[in-house]
Amino acid sequence: MEHNGQHETAHKPIKRQEMTRRQFLSYTLGGATAFMAGGAILPMLRFAVDPILQKKTETGFVKVIEEAKVTKDPQKVSFKIHQVDGWYESDPKLEAYIARGDDNKIFALSPVCKHLGCTISWAAEKPNEYHCPCHGARYSKDGKNLAVAPKALDEYEVKVENGWVYLGPLVSNTRVK
Amino acid sequence: MFKSMYNWIDERLDVTPMWRDIADHEVPEHVNPAHHFSAFVYCFGGLTFFITVIQILSGMFLTMYYVPDIINAYYSVDYLQHQVAFGAIVRGMHHWGASLVIVMMFLHTLRVFFTGSYKAPREMNWVVGMLIFFVMLGLGFTGYLLPWDNKAYFATKVGMEIAGSVPWIGGYIKELLAGGTIVGAQTLTRFFAIHVFFLPGLLLTLLAAHFFMIRKQGISGPL
Repeated sequence: MEHNGQHETAHKPIKRQEMTRRQFLSYTLGGATAFMAGGAILPMLRFAVDPILQKKTETGFVKVIEEAKVTKDPQKVSFKIHQVDGWYESDPKLEAYIARGDDNKIFALSPVCKHLGCTISWAAEKPNEYHCPCHGARYSKDGKNLAVAPKALDEYEVKVENGWVYLGPLVSNTRVK
Repeated sequence: MFKSMYNWIDERLDVTPMWRDIADHEVPEHVNPAHHFSAFVYCFGGLTFFITVIQILSGMFLTMYYVPDIINAYYSVDYLQHQVAFGAIVRGMHHWGASLVIVMMFLHTLRVFFTGSYKAPREMNWVVGMLIFFVMLGLGFTGYLLPWDNKAYFATKVGMEIAGSVPWIGGYIKELLAGGTIVGAQTLTRFFAIHVFFLPGLLLTLLAAHFFMIRKQGISGPL
């Protein structure tokens, strides 16, 4: 009896994690299905996310106003840029408030409110302030946010050449410290 | 991980009987290609459905770029085909899938016909199958116009003339289909609406009926 018991423990099979037939088949079928579904779905997903991966086009400088005509008081100027939007190309009109600062430097502000993107205008409510009609945001002449808006107005890059002012891409405000 | 997530949901909603009822059923020996290789002919219905799923998916993605407008339709298709990554693949799936779905459906119909599976008590499923066939042809016809190129335009003109040749009411059908007296802006928006909303809705309803009946009645017996 004792001998018999010893014999059984000695020959106890080594425990191995064997894959069952069911497991093997479900992994194989699942893998093959995932591969085929991926082949169909992945191109569609890449197709859908294409806009965020497309190379962004740089905007060039556009001639807007004669240097001599720029005053200390902000003036609204409009200019056209060329825009490629997928299959649709257009020349939308943009606007900017252009003025000379106290340092006599020319700067151009974007009229897009930094609160929620409405269009602001100069001296509409109070003199010497930009005002936004949507939620009453106010800005100083330099574009400093005085009320409601969280940030100062964006600026267009400015280039002066042969007596003309050129506006380029938008940058964040450089005049407000 | 998936196992425990599944169990968590199953404890609360008892979903197992639902999918068991759909998925857990015996495949008879005479329709199993592992037993008789010739039983592959029973796969064509499933293949038709598989391609239909690809059509729906690729079509959904194509509408992210496509516009049904006579000025922009062609340019938007040109743009998604040539400028968007994998555009040729996604549009290719939809283009070739449209033909393939007709081929698979035809083979499925032949199988049903030659195995006599349309006979009682499955006559209704044959009729629903035929309706699905006409809806698929309608999808093909309306989709053909959407790129708004020369082939699309003149194929639709011919289709309109065929519709117009119906006795008595042909003229009305033609004008209703075209949304006017010419193949133009209103035809394109109309075909787009029919192609992406009306016919797919109808198709899914008919497919549900088709699948419900096959589960209720079971697959037809061996020859």
